[in-house]
Amino acid sequence: MSEEFENHDPNSGHTESEHHIVGPATYAIIFAALLVGTALTIGASYLEMGAWNPVVAIAIACIKATLVVLFFMHIKYSSKLMKLTVGAGLFTFLILVGMSLSDYISRAWGQW
Amino acid sequence: MDSHSIATTVDAHGHDVAHEHEHPAYLRHHFVSYEQQTETASFGMWLFLLTEIMFFGGLFTAYMIYRNWYFPAFVAGSHQLSIFLGSLNTLVLISSSFTMAMGVWCAETKRHKGLVWALIATLILGIGFLGIKSVEYHEKWEKHHIPGDTFSVQSFVNPDSDAEAKAAHDKPLGLDMARKTEVYFSLYFAMTGMHALHMIIGIALLCGMLFKAVRGGYMDGNIAFVENFGLYWHFVDIVWIFLFPLLYLISRHQ
Repeated sequence: MSEEFENHDPNSGHTESEHHIVGPATYAIIFAALLVGTALTIGASYLEMGAWNPVVAIAIACIKATLVVLFFMHIKYSSKLMKLTVGAGLFTFLILVGMSLSDYISRAWGQW
Repeated sequence: MDSHSIATTVDAHGHDVAHEHEHPAYLRHHFVSYEQQTETASFGMWLFLLTEIMFFGGLFTAYMIYRNWYFPAFVAGSHQLSIFLGSLNTLVLISSSFTMAMGVWCAETKRHKGLVWALIATLILGIGFLGIKSVEYHEKWEKHHIPGDTFSVQSFVNPDSDAEAKAAHDKPLGLDMARKTEVYFSLYFAMTGMHALHMIIGIALLCGMLFKAVRGGYMDGNIAFVENFGLYWHFVDIVWIFLFPLLYLISRHQ
């Protein structure tokens, strides 16, 4: 989007790239997908998968959250700046959680 | 001095008057276009939401670590939650996210009635979520599962005395481990409580937005508030999408 503003012409960006409107059909499909995801995660919790139960549950939750971010929160249709911001936030978040967990895992794991 | 009068002053200094008048009054003079103004607003909203992700992320990390430390206590604690009520609340919250998304679409396409009804639906579903949550909290109160002086480990040292624990075929925990269920419930109340607080703030904002929408607000194209509230509401939904499986579901079988 930034290239439209470079010449500082008050009218640039005003008419050409209109704000993308996500329609009801897309929202309905995502809503249905979220309901299916919820049903799947509840169903999966009744299966005996041992250590895989949390893995499957978190994987389904990540897919659902991605759908919400991309479509309900319009990131799929947003500028590169917004995409990069969300991506950088997620990356920072994973570093913080990953580093914290690596500390716990590498020190006296199983000795509590 | 509002942005409009500034715009007129600029006009006097030789700007294209005809083009200046195409701009709505809500376009701030330091933005080139309304597109840029909205993008700046949602950029700020996303930065706020990222700090929120870090905040909830800390709670989730604590939950993960403690669950590994006091695994039997966390499994027994999670057996106390009702999967039915948790699933129902997930359904309610996802539906409210959908109605809010529809509200944003109605605002974008200037559908007055649609926006009002979408906000009403979102409001009812949001309050419904808190209602169901309060039923769950009340049950914890009755069973002395709220951390503090009155916390009771009865359900965990003697599972046969407790309907939920018996139904889940819980084995009795030693007193040391049974007392760690208090850690589970502390995190349960911290996480769902912070989530509920976000819902309450959201509901207050929704009421204000509905008040304005009923009076014909947001029909002039100035819908940044609706869009950014939508982002907030969906974020709260995402937190629940992770809370539900982690608190209610993953310990069903251990």
